[in-house]
Amino acid sequence: MTANTPLLKVNNAGIRFGGLKAVSDVNLELKQGELVGLIGPNGAGKTTFFNLLTGVYVPTEGSIELDGEKLNGQPPYKITKKGISRTFQNIRLFNELSVLDNVKVAYHSLAKHSIMSSIFRLPKHFSEEKYMEEKAIEFLKIFSLDNVMHETAKNLPYGQQRRLEIARALAANPKLLLLDEPAAGMNPQETEELMNLIALIRKKFDLTILLIEHDMLLVMGVCERIYVLDHGQLIADGTPEQIRNNPKVIEAYLGEEVS
Amino acid sequence: MNILKHAKGFWSSIVLAIVFGVVMQFLITGEIINFFYVNTLYFIGINIILAASLHLIIGITGQFSIGHAGFLAVGAYASAIITMKLELPFAFGLLAGGVAAAIAGLIIGIPTLRLKGDYLAIATLGFGEIVRIVFLNIEYVGGASGMTVTQLTTWPWLFGSILLTLIVIRNFTNSTHGRACISVRENEIAADAMGINTTYYKVIAFAIGAFFAGVAGALYAHNFFIIQPTNFGFLKSFDILIFVVLGGLGSMSGAVLAAILLTIVSTFLQSYPELRMIIYSLVLIIMMLYRPQGIMGTRELTSFFKIGKSAKGGVNDDSKHTVA
Amino acid sequence: MEFLQQLVNGVSLGSIYALIALGYTMVYGIVKLINFAHGDIFMVGAFIGFYSITILDLGFFPSLLISMVTCAILGVLIERIAYKPLRNATRIAALITAIGVSLLIEYGVIYVRGAQPEAYPGDLIPATSLDFLGVKVSSQSLLILGTSVVLMILLQFIVHKTKIGKAMRAVSHDMDAARLMGINVNNTISATFAIGSALAGAAGVAFGMYYTKIEPLMGIIPGLKAFVAAVLGGIGIIPGAMVGGLLLGVIESLVSAAGFSLWRDGVAFVVLILILIFRPAGLFGKNVREKV
Repeated sequence: MTANTPLLKVNNAGIRFGGLKAVSDVNLELKQGELVGLIGPNGAGKTTFFNLLTGVYVPTEGSIELDGEKLNGQPPYKITKKGISRTFQNIRLFNELSVLDNVKVAYHSLAKHSIMSSIFRLPKHFSEEKYMEEKAIEFLKIFSLDNVMHETAKNLPYGQQRRLEIARALAANPKLLLLDEPAAGMNPQETEELMNLIALIRKKFDLTILLIEHDMLLVMGVCERIYVLDHGQLIADGTPEQIRNNPKVIEAYLGEEVS
Repeated sequence: MNILKHAKGFWSSIVLAIVFGVVMQFLITGEIINFFYVNTLYFIGINIILAASLHLIIGITGQFSIGHAGFLAVGAYASAIITMKLELPFAFGLLAGGVAAAIAGLIIGIPTLRLKGDYLAIATLGFGEIVRIVFLNIEYVGGASGMTVTQLTTWPWLFGSILLTLIVIRNFTNSTHGRACISVRENEIAADAMGINTTYYKVIAFAIGAFFAGVAGALYAHNFFIIQPTNFGFLKSFDILIFVVLGGLGSMSGAVLAAILLTIVSTFLQSYPELRMIIYSLVLIIMMLYRPQGIMGTRELTSFFKIGKSAKGGVNDDSKHTVA
Repeated sequence: MEFLQQLVNGVSLGSIYALIALGYTMVYGIVKLINFAHGDIFMVGAFIGFYSITILDLGFFPSLLISMVTCAILGVLIERIAYKPLRNATRIAALITAIGVSLLIEYGVIYVRGAQPEAYPGDLIPATSLDFLGVKVSSQSLLILGTSVVLMILLQFIVHKTKIGKAMRAVSHDMDAARLMGINVNNTISATFAIGSALAGAAGVAFGMYYTKIEPLMGIIPGLKAFVAAVLGGIGIIPGAMVGGLLLGVIESLVSAAGFSLWRDGVAFVVLILILIFRPAGLFGKNVREKV
C-alpha cells in the first residue's frame, strides 16, 4: 500500500429511509494517521453517517472502502473485525459487567480459543484468557481506569464511562476509530483532558480518527481537517481555517443567510 | 495466578460434588431414604438441569424464551424412541435426547432469534405448542395416548447429567464466549459494534440450553413410565421459567436453588394442584412487584464467600424500545 | 359448497378471535404489554354469561351486557393492582407478571367452582338456519357475527369520535407528551383495559353460544390465537386486529376442511412464526427501526 492510498474512501454514499434521504452523495477520504472532524448542526445526519460506516445501516447508494476493500452490506461485527471501531453518542456500555470485562468483550474477536476448549477447560482456554486479561488491563491503564477495573460499569461516574467506552473501542484493535460526540456532557476541563488523551492514543496506536462533534470550536482546536454535513450532504471540507471562513458553513450554523 | 486459584476452587468443588453423589448412592441402595424421598430427589435433579439450561438462554444471553417444554418434549420422545423402539442402551437415549433437542433449538433459533423481547417470547411459546401438536399427531409415538417407557433413570445417570450440565454451563459462562453472550444481553448494538457475532452467540446459547433440556427430557421420560403430549404444555414451560425468574435472572445458583425449593414445595402440594398454581402465581406477581431481580439477584452463591469478585448478570431490557 | 360452508364457519370463529384480539392490540398499543391474562378475562366473560343465563334466567343481550360490564371492571382491577406499579419496570418483569395474573385467574376459578365444564343452553335463540346458495348459516352464527360487527363499529366510533378515544390515541403515540398536554394517562390506560376486557367478555359469551362447552382453561388457546391474530394484523392497529382475527379464523377452518383438523391448533402458531420472520410489523404495520 502506498502512502497515498486512503485508509477510508467513501464514494457518493447515502441512505434513504422510505422516501426520506437521510444522507446522500457523501464523498470522503481519510489518510492513515489523520485526525478528522465531522461537524454539522443537529439532525444533519452525522450519526447516521457513522451508522453507515459501521454497518448498522446498509447504504442504499455509493460505496465505502477500507484499505481498498468494499464494506457495503457487511454486518457490523465483521466491519469491526476489519478495523472500524466506534463509540456511541448515548453511552452504550455493558452495564452489569465489570470495567475489565467490558474491555475483554471487545478483545473477544482476537481470542483464539474455541467454545469447546472453554467448556472442557483445556490449556488453551487458560493461556488465552490470561493473555486477554493482561491486554485488557494494559488498555485500562492508558485510560487510568485500572484502579476501578472490578467496579460494575454502570456504577462509574459519567466521565469515566465515556473513557471506558473509548478504551473498549480501542481494545477491538481498530485501524479507524469513530468517536461520536466523545465530549458530550463534559465540562471544559474534562474535555481538554479527553482531547489530550485522544491525541496520545492516536500517536501510540498509529490510529486514524474520525470525530463527530457538535461544538465547532472544540473540533477546530484538534482536527487537521474538517468535513461539514448539513441536511445529509457534505457542504464543505478543509482545514479549520478554511471552514471557519466558509460562508456555507456559517449559513448552516446560523440559519438563513443574512443578506 | 488468579486463574490458577479459580481452577483449584473448581476442582475441589467437583470432588465435593462427587463425594455427595456417592454418599447419596449408598443411601439409595441401602434404602436408608424411602421411595418417596428418592422420587422427589429425581424430580429435583431433572428440574435443576432444566433450570440451569433455561438460565443460559434467559439469564445469561437475555433471550426471553418461554417454550422450553418444547425442548424437554423433543428430548423425551427422541430418547424414548431410541430405547423403546430401537432398543438401544439408555446412554444413547440420553445423547440422542440432547442432540435432537439441540437440533430443534437450531431450527427454531436461527429464524426467531432475530426477534426481540415480547416477540421472541411469543414465537418460542408458539414453538412449544407446535411441538406438542406435532407429537399429538404422530401415530408412531402413540399420539394423544403417549408412549410407555421403561424406568431406566438411575441416580448415577441423573447425578452425572446434573454435574455435566452445571459444569458445562458454568465453564461456558466464565469464558470469553460467556461474556459475549452477556454482552448481547446487556446491549446488543454495542456488542455488535465490538465485533461480537450476536446471532451466532444467541443461537449457540439457545442450542446448548436446548441440548440440556433434551437430556432432562430423556431422564424425565425414563423416570415416569409414560410420556404424553399433555406433559409438555405451556404450563410445563412456565414451571421452568419460574425457577429462573424466582432464582434471579443471571444467577445459576439462584436458578438451581429455586428449582430445589419449588420442587419440594410442589411435592408437598401434590394433592392440591390448584392451590399450588395459585401460590405459584401469587409468588410470581408479588416477586415482580417487590423484588423483580429474584432471590439471588445477579449474584452467584460463590460471591458470598469471595469478596471483591464482581457479580455477573442482571437482565437489562430497555423498556423504552417500541416495537410496533 | 363445502368450501363456502367452511368460509362461513371460519368467519364466525374469526369474529370471536377478532373481538379478543382487539383487547390485546389496544393494550399493547398503549402500554406495550402482552396482557397474557386477556384470554382468561374471555373465559370469565363466558362464565358470567353462563350464570346470567342459567341462574338469573336472563336473555342473550342482558347477559352479554352483564358479562361485558363485569369483565371491564375485572380488567381495570387487574391493571390497577398488578400492572400499574410495573409501568416503568422492564418488559420481562411485566410479561412475567401478566403470566402470573393469567394463572391466578385460571386456577382461582378452578379453586372456586371446580374444573368441570358447563354447557350453554342451546334454546336461547331459535335454532333456525338460513340457506343461502346452499350454504347453511345458523342463527347463532348470524347473532355472533352481528354482535361482533356492531361492537367493532362502536369501538371505531369510540376511538375516533370521542374524547377518551382521542386521549387513547394520544397516549399510545407518546405517553409523556400526552401527560404534558394535560391528559390523565392513568384514566386513559384504565379505559383502554376496560374497553378491551369488555370486548373479551362479549367474545366469551359469543364463544359459549357457538361452541356450547365452556371450562376454566378455555381461555388459554383462544387467547394465544387472538394474540397471533393481533400480531398478524399488526399489533397496536385496531383494524389490523379485526382483519387478523377473521383471517386466522378462516385459515383454521380451511385447514380443518382440508382434512387436517388435528393440526388446526398448530396452524395459528405456524402463521405466527412465519409472520414474525417475514413481516414482523404485521400486515398493516410499519417497520420501526431502533435508534442507534
